[in-house]
Amino acid sequence: MGMNRRDFLRTAAAGSGALLASGVSPAFASMPKELPTGAVGILYDATLCIGCKSCMVNCKKYNSEPGGALYLQGRTASYEVKPGAPFWDSAEDLSSRTVNVIKVNKSGTGLNKDSTDNGFSFIKQHCLHCITPACASVCPVGALKKNPVNGVVHYIENRCIGCRYCMMACPFNIPKYEYESATPQVRKCQLCYHRYDEGKYSACCEFCPTGASIFGKVLDLRKEASRRLTLKPGDEYDFPVQTVDSKQKSRRKVSKYIEHVYGLKEAGGTQYLLLAGVPFEWLGFNRNIKDQFLPDLTWAYIAKIPAVIAGVILAGTATWAVTRKRNKDKEG
Amino acid sequence: MNQKDIKLFTPTTVVLLIVMAVGGLAAFYRLFFGLGASTHLNNAWPWGLWISFDVLGGVALAAGGFVIGGAVYILNWKKYEPIVRPAILNAFFGYALAATSITLDIGVPWRIWHPVIMWQVNSIMFIVAIHVVLYTTTLATESSPLILERLNMKKAVNFVEKIMPAIALFGVLLSLLHQSSLGAVFLIAPEKVSPLWYSSTLPYLFLVSAVLLALSMVSFETILSARVFRHKPPLDILRGLARGSLVVSGLYLLLKLKDLVTGPGVGLAFNGSLVSNMYLLEMIVGIILPFCLLLLKNVRTGVNGIFAVNMLVIIGTVLNRMNVGIVSMAEHNSRMGYDYFPSWMEFSVTMAMIAFAILGFKISVKYLNVLKLEH
Repeated sequence: MGMNRRDFLRTAAAGSGALLASGVSPAFASMPKELPTGAVGILYDATLCIGCKSCMVNCKKYNSEPGGALYLQGRTASYEVKPGAPFWDSAEDLSSRTVNVIKVNKSGTGLNKDSTDNGFSFIKQHCLHCITPACASVCPVGALKKNPVNGVVHYIENRCIGCRYCMMACPFNIPKYEYESATPQVRKCQLCYHRYDEGKYSACCEFCPTGASIFGKVLDLRKEASRRLTLKPGDEYDFPVQTVDSKQKSRRKVSKYIEHVYGLKEAGGTQYLLLAGVPFEWLGFNRNIKDQFLPDLTWAYIAKIPAVIAGVILAGTATWAVTRKRNKDKEG
Repeated sequence: MNQKDIKLFTPTTVVLLIVMAVGGLAAFYRLFFGLGASTHLNNAWPWGLWISFDVLGGVALAAGGFVIGGAVYILNWKKYEPIVRPAILNAFFGYALAATSITLDIGVPWRIWHPVIMWQVNSIMFIVAIHVVLYTTTLATESSPLILERLNMKKAVNFVEKIMPAIALFGVLLSLLHQSSLGAVFLIAPEKVSPLWYSSTLPYLFLVSAVLLALSMVSFETILSARVFRHKPPLDILRGLARGSLVVSGLYLLLKLKDLVTGPGVGLAFNGSLVSNMYLLEMIVGIILPFCLLLLKNVRTGVNGIFAVNMLVIIGTVLNRMNVGIVSMAEHNSRMGYDYFPSWMEFSVTMAMIAFAILGFKISVKYLNVLKLEH
């Protein structure tokens, strides 16, 4: 049943009452803390990654299309060093031209896959699409928003003033800025949300040959991740390819995982989950990221503002009246 | 000395104009070629000198406006009336410059007005933006009698002076909120800011240190203008400000020590790293030395002693803002493989801002009745 006019007026009156009482509209007030009902995400399994960087190339290709995270009108695709040249830039880190990167971490001889002892491991770095994103909470103009249905944290270019508070706030250092431009934008992974309408999904998963990156509903990805942690190293397992519910499987021997699904709890939980055979700290993740909703830290301050306003006005007026009278008495 | 005797074209003025011209050119260069071409900011260091010095430092340096405004108009401490005009005018310059710097620092300056209509109340930056707009307007109103007097608009002057307590109260309210919210800006990044500075009390520390800096800055200016315009410095005012500084620096010292002990522990401050040494420098220059010196009666009652303490507090508090804005993130950002040191264009813009404030103040003193000198 829809809302009728009386209901609307009643809600509006209650709402403005609340607004007056709290000083801020409750609709804005706090950030969502639950996983959206239709939340989608990616599960990356470093033990399956062969470092082919197909995800990087196709990320750039499909995000240079209109609506993509790297799109800029009139510009050629940023993965081409020269337009039409048969090779690509070889990005080593995230930048305003690279919103997804495969890195490798090595130690010693670097011979053993997924080991910190004379070994190496790949890691795929891009936006984690936090359940309670710090970047969206700090943006003064709402240029970063979390989609209430699929949970994608996306960017609205024509609102952005370029204060770069999102870069400051992101615990994973994901948003990057086009410093090289005089009309710059923030660039970050938007989970290829511009491709959903045509029935497509994140390009990095579509073009991953081994199933190291798979796309799907976050709840399914969580189940898949915890299932993998229960597998016995050396056993065979049918790893889904491209999407978590894919019919296409890749039968492979299970590697040894560390007991940690990254993204399950970090910064209050994210929609990008990671599995690896080595500790995530070793892969360059900041060990100081706690299992807490970061926007709570600033909200604790903001929530006090209405009380401060009321308190200062009352106390200030009272002080002024008392001291003025005292001065007059002295003079008189 | 009266206003007519103030010479405008002195060698100092020429130097200030040159500094402003260089900074102005750098600012234009930044507008046309972007931040990458003009600054050393990068993906690990989104904020640099302009945010830390011009905005965090500039706003703190301008706190005198609300502290003296509040003392004179709300607490009715009429003793400080002679310094209320310069303090407020100074604050107006400070805010105008901070606003200019923010405009240059954001990537898309022509959208600076967006926060005013695109509200996002979860954002401290939104709160800061609204406060800067409102408070700059408030300071302009508080300073308006200067212009109105010059234009001989008696009625308007009387009206503004009549409602001055209300304007001053509004100014105090806005200042309390946004001096502290500049500290609250950093609450979102506990994993980046060094525990030497990160604390849930950061907003209060910013507020208390802004009040301390306000007292020193106003006292500093009072002594300086007495010297420049060759009149006797008002000793009772300076002594009052020094007593205030003693109390506030004691409180600030207690808060900082409590944070150190309950937070990272005293050991971290003495581990010999650059970051720890910068923390110690800030603590010694800006807090411990001023507090200890002010405890001595002959320091806090003599002009020279007060002037020395003022210098320490100004340097130390600005250092604190630079530490919070830049140094506190050095360890995290070097782990990401990035360094930051401001470019010459960043320095020249900042220096032009300072030059503009000094020259603007001088021109105001000559043509407007700021110091209530004889005509």
